[in-house]
Amino acid sequence: MTTAPAVGNATDTADSGTGTGTGTGIDPRLAAFDAAVAADSRIEPRDWMPDAYRATLIRQMAQHAHSEIIGMQPEANWITRAPSLRRKAILMAKVQDEAGHGLYLYSATETLGAARDELLDKLHTGRQRYSSIFNYPTLTWADVGAIGWLVDGAAITNQVPLCRCSYGPYARAMVRICKEESFHQRQGYELLLALSRGTPAQHAMAQDAVDRWWWPSLMMFGPPDDESGHSAQSMAWKIKRHSNDELRQRFVDICVPQAEILGLTLPDPALRWNEERGSHDYGPIDWTEFQEVLRGNGPCNEQRITQRRRAHEEGEWVREAATAYAAKHEGVRK
Amino acid sequence: MTGNDWPLWEVFVRSRRGLSHSHAGSLHAPDATMALRQARDLYTRRSEGVSIWVVPSSQVTASSPDEKDSFFEPAADKPYRHPTFYEIPEGVRHL
Amino acid sequence: MNAPIALGDDALVLAQRLGEWAGHAPVLEEDVALANIALDLLGQARVLLSLAGDEDELAYLREEREFRNVQLVEQPNGDFAHTIARQLYFSAYQELMYGELATGPGELAALAAKAVKEVAYHRDHAVQWTLRLGDGTPESHERMQRALDALWRYTGELFQPVEGLPVDLPALRGPWLETVGEVAARATLTLPDGPDRTAWSAGAGRQGVHTEPFGRMLAEMQHLHRSHPGASW
Repeated sequence: MTTAPAVGNATDTADSGTGTGTGTGIDPRLAAFDAAVAADSRIEPRDWMPDAYRATLIRQMAQHAHSEIIGMQPEANWITRAPSLRRKAILMAKVQDEAGHGLYLYSATETLGAARDELLDKLHTGRQRYSSIFNYPTLTWADVGAIGWLVDGAAITNQVPLCRCSYGPYARAMVRICKEESFHQRQGYELLLALSRGTPAQHAMAQDAVDRWWWPSLMMFGPPDDESGHSAQSMAWKIKRHSNDELRQRFVDICVPQAEILGLTLPDPALRWNEERGSHDYGPIDWTEFQEVLRGNGPCNEQRITQRRRAHEEGEWVREAATAYAAKHEGVRK
Repeated sequence: MTGNDWPLWEVFVRSRRGLSHSHAGSLHAPDATMALRQARDLYTRRSEGVSIWVVPSSQVTASSPDEKDSFFEPAADKPYRHPTFYEIPEGVRHL
Repeated sequence: MNAPIALGDDALVLAQRLGEWAGHAPVLEEDVALANIALDLLGQARVLLSLAGDEDELAYLREEREFRNVQLVEQPNGDFAHTIARQLYFSAYQELMYGELATGPGELAALAAKAVKEVAYHRDHAVQWTLRLGDGTPESHERMQRALDALWRYTGELFQPVEGLPVDLPALRGPWLETVGEVAARATLTLPDGPDRTAWSAGAGRQGVHTEPFGRMLAEMQHLHRSHPGASW
């Protein structure tokens, strides 16, 4: 469950590989790289690639991995209180999958020469980010369902195109992740359905959760296209396959009928079907909130990082013990 | 550097009905015994009867994609081209 | 006392404790491993409790004195060494117990045959970590020894007979001691030799006499379900 934080980054260095090869001085390696990307071939770890491509990928993949790990927290929050054993098992499995997804993504990032240690350090010190959606709290059991339906739904909308991203290990990690994630979204939807059709108190719980998670979920796709100028480079490199607004629109159009079946309303009075566009119009997003949460001012930013840091610090003696044991027993198989 | 200097391992899995091991990804583990168990947890959570190989990444010799003619220069290199990468170039913006 | 209830409660309570580690494990790989173990145990609990009644009614509507799990599994997680020590003691017992149960007659044999494979893996995980913590650094050794010592007093109860369970539990104590003793020795640890049960005539977990942390754990586990009587989820 998660999404790569909406990307728009690239650098304007000389070897950015926009591939407008005209005449003299074009590095043949860059030409080969550009041709491979244009042909929808995969770039693999031992292939030459522009430094900026590699840097962008490392950041995007690492932040995606961090998002999976941080994303465990709001949901793990309800494992001990799940209201049925079946739901407890489903939630435990989901959170376990998220840890696994983080591991797949760290593993893919390492193929670019970035060690997991360094990446975790950047996360802990705020130099790399995670999807800002996880800075919101899970206040009720229904929030678990809302995350499954909306947050995972947004993540899937984002992730399926990444299965065709230009960098091989990332694309393959995404294929693996997408396979495991479709059940997460279904389970979240089913959870909300049970609440919506349950007692009045349960229905109200579900509606309240959707009211709180809808707008932050839309923000997951990142700023509007006209404010996301640097996306062009990522699109050219086929790291990003669709624009923020395209994906956001796709998501809205999928959710509206789903909400109807759920018997829940979406908290947007401006939401309406536009026959001409063949899509739903929706209301304005409060981008100030988005910026504030990105700046560290969301409800849970502090809490999420503190918990991550603490788990890492408190686990150091364990990791050291394993390393010490391995050194003592090197070459001896058990 | 914190205490987490667990080396990197490459994981190869042959599914129950598979013909050969294929590369599933990598993981960090302190030794081979733990690497095998972690690989089982991470890469085969959903099936039984699989065969797993784990190999320290440092032990893998990879071919170079720059082969010319019929020569296959192993270059005695790691599977990943860049062993370390510290710098994020200036001007790379992120959301 | 109902054998499925006793075994089911053991598995349920330990699964609940292990669930508390999600997002807090010392390394991501252990988040996955501990969740694996918790899910196996929860699966066992659901099958066992369902033999005795409605799994959710039993899990969410009984009070402390009605639960029949051993006190060992309800102990708070503590640090990672404490959790591993609890796993070592308990999974070694479960492996022996299910092993016996699987070969016997009765409705539990099929469940036991499946469970014994799962708990063999749990025991292996506990053994691997006991070795690494015991024979790792001075700090890890001290923590692991402290954990073995602290939890020893709860191990005796594992081998008390359970009514309706066709397994000679007291007879398992010998093999169990051998197993954990051998691991401890290899891990440069000392197996405690003090009392393995508290002296109280009221009894222990199998008699519904639990420890103080258990009540708090149950409150957390049951609260939401109880807040919506009769609701389905």
